[in-house]
Amino acid sequence: MKLKASQVVMECLLEQGVDTVFGYPGGTILEIYDEFELHGYSKKIRHILTAHEQGASHAADGYARSTGKVGVCFATSGPGATNLTTGIATAYMDSSPVVFLTVNVGESLIGKDSFQEVDITGITMPITKCNYLVRRGEDLADIMREAFAIARSGRPGPVLIDILKNVTYEMVEYNPLPLSEHHRHGKLGQLIARKGHDLKTPEPDHDDVTMLVEMLSDCKRPLVLVGGGVIRSKGAVPEFRRFIEKLGCPVASTVMGGGACPGDHPLFTGMIGMHGNHASNVASHDCDMLIAIGCRFSDRVTCDVKTFVPNACVVHIDIDRSEIDKNVLTSHHIIGDARRVLELLNERIMLREYDFSAWRTAILSLKEAPLEHNDNKLLPHEILETVSELTNGNAIIATDVGQHQMWSCQYFHFNRPGQLLTSGGFGTMGFGYGAAFGAKVGNPDQVVVHTTGDGCFRMNCHELATVQHYDIPVITIIFDNHTLGMVRQWQTLIYGKRYSQTTLDRGPDFVKLAEAYGVKGYRVTNVDEFRAAFQEALESGHAAVIDAMLDMDEMVHPMVAGTSPVTNFLLD
Amino acid sequence: MPYTSASATRQTLSVLVDNYAGVLSQVSRLFSRKGFNIESLAVGTTDNPEISRITIEVIADEQQTKQVMSQLSKLFPVRSVKRLEPAHSIRRELLLIKVKAETREIRNEVIQIANIFRASIIDVSLGSITLAIIGTESKDDAIEGLLKEFGILELARTGMVALERGQYTLNDESKVKGEYDYGKLML
Repeated sequence: MKLKASQVVMECLLEQGVDTVFGYPGGTILEIYDEFELHGYSKKIRHILTAHEQGASHAADGYARSTGKVGVCFATSGPGATNLTTGIATAYMDSSPVVFLTVNVGESLIGKDSFQEVDITGITMPITKCNYLVRRGEDLADIMREAFAIARSGRPGPVLIDILKNVTYEMVEYNPLPLSEHHRHGKLGQLIARKGHDLKTPEPDHDDVTMLVEMLSDCKRPLVLVGGGVIRSKGAVPEFRRFIEKLGCPVASTVMGGGACPGDHPLFTGMIGMHGNHASNVASHDCDMLIAIGCRFSDRVTCDVKTFVPNACVVHIDIDRSEIDKNVLTSHHIIGDARRVLELLNERIMLREYDFSAWRTAILSLKEAPLEHNDNKLLPHEILETVSELTNGNAIIATDVGQHQMWSCQYFHFNRPGQLLTSGGFGTMGFGYGAAFGAKVGNPDQVVVHTTGDGCFRMNCHELATVQHYDIPVITIIFDNHTLGMVRQWQTLIYGKRYSQTTLDRGPDFVKLAEAYGVKGYRVTNVDEFRAAFQEALESGHAAVIDAMLDMDEMVHPMVAGTSPVTNFLLD
Repeated sequence: MPYTSASATRQTLSVLVDNYAGVLSQVSRLFSRKGFNIESLAVGTTDNPEISRITIEVIADEQQTKQVMSQLSKLFPVRSVKRLEPAHSIRRELLLIKVKAETREIRNEVIQIANIFRASIIDVSLGSITLAIIGTESKDDAIEGLLKEFGILELARTGMVALERGQYTLNDESKVKGEYDYGKLML
């Protein structure tokens, strides 16, 4: 049947089962936005209008991370498109599946520095898994199907589709195609057909798996390091938990791996790296074998890469072959989907087949004692422990970046994939609010808490308008220390207490700001006030902002400087 | 360069890519992003019009070469990447040189040099001679050096193209190649 290309866009979204789109309209994308009204697509697809395109990009990302579905984000040409770039890079660094759709100026205006024209496919080339410029209406459906397949499959990632304005009002032939048939048709079909093996069930090399099993019987002090790959791989978490139970060795996690291993699991030594726990970092130093699953050895994990795991051979399990030997040289690797690799390992390993008890006891004895309380001031861990207690540990936590992010990762025990939404790779301040309401839209039954700092919240606090308008009950907790805390911490420890441009002795009054947007605001100075405010916000069923006043010199413990070995703690 | 290593040598990489707009820029940007200066780059379609072959030469050590090949393999339009070992490959470059030749004696001398190097003379005017030479960089450099004496008016190189000797092709399936596909697209 012949349809207008803008309608084909909507039909292709419906083929993918998309029910929510985050975005912001503008001149060139009008044809597509018109479909919400003209052909009534607003009944099938909910559009959330944000205050800024960046907020929309983070919301689509948060939606994707928390639901496991592909997030979708619309923006117009030029500044609309460039405002997405921080969100695209954030999604790329954390392998989050998001399809970004922008409309560029028409063919006759391309390359003429027209109003709101920008080469967004060129700009996003290094921060997308793949991107497309659609110049002909007949290619549109094919490209949309391919884009979604690429975003969600393999190592997931953002994909950008830029459509020319004149294409959006072309009449094109559209043949509906159910999702299950997509891989047999069009360019996607060709792409898959030319691969020598079956992409639907790619099998890790069995010999590679067996070799790891053999290596395990020779090692005495193994450490498992879990990364975001186990979170992204569907169904991998139960297999992972079975695997660590069988192995019975210490398990450390990267920031992105939070939730793969239950936070209170006896084998779990916590986060590794710059703000990693003693137990994890010491284990990484002492282990004789590191089994890294779905992680990419970022500099925040390895610190000084030359001294990382000095006594161990590294076995790397990842879906992305280009991660092998990129940052850390490995002795062995297995390429494949984490779920399938772990399944094969579990088939080959008996429960506690190996005896690592001495090593296990030595490392687990290093786990830190619970932190103390202080009646005189509010402490970061008290906030997170209270949130955990009042939400039975089930809340989705979306963080911004900085001290509160590390505290959230350290003190909240994550129990499932998609529970921690944080910009681990790109470290995007301002990520949290968008991600939080995106997650709430995707998970209306879950409590969603947004932890942020006063610096981060200022970056995207205009999204208060969005949560208020759509009545999205996200509870924002500002870890308000009137400073860029993480940078101040570095200045204290490394830069001789010269607090250059980090003191935030300025407005706004966040309680009044929230109220100006019609959102309830609270200011709390001790844990009892916090508990009461959080309880009230939880029960109200609406968005709220809790401005939690903290000491300016609160620090994230422990800390290792970026260029030091992971066991050289700057701070205990 | 990211860091200059003593063991860095000239590496020839042959890359098969899908032939559509933007692919060359994607590939060449990867090199600049990783801090490599491209010594030579040549691109053209293969016997299959949908596929282009990009031949790239960079100065890199073993580890850097592996890295850049790995990152190249990850790109969507890249079908395969291979390092061509000097001993097992043939490399050629076409060089056009326009030499100043205003007198009969000079023209004769240039023609003699061209004959020695088996270069062809493709254009002659009263003031200049243009030569075409196909060879490796040592031959090209040698003739360039000789002709400098007369004054080179203009010079153009195509960049090195290369193929593996024998019946091997870049299309050979390998386990490693299959592994890269996992991360790109697995349904």
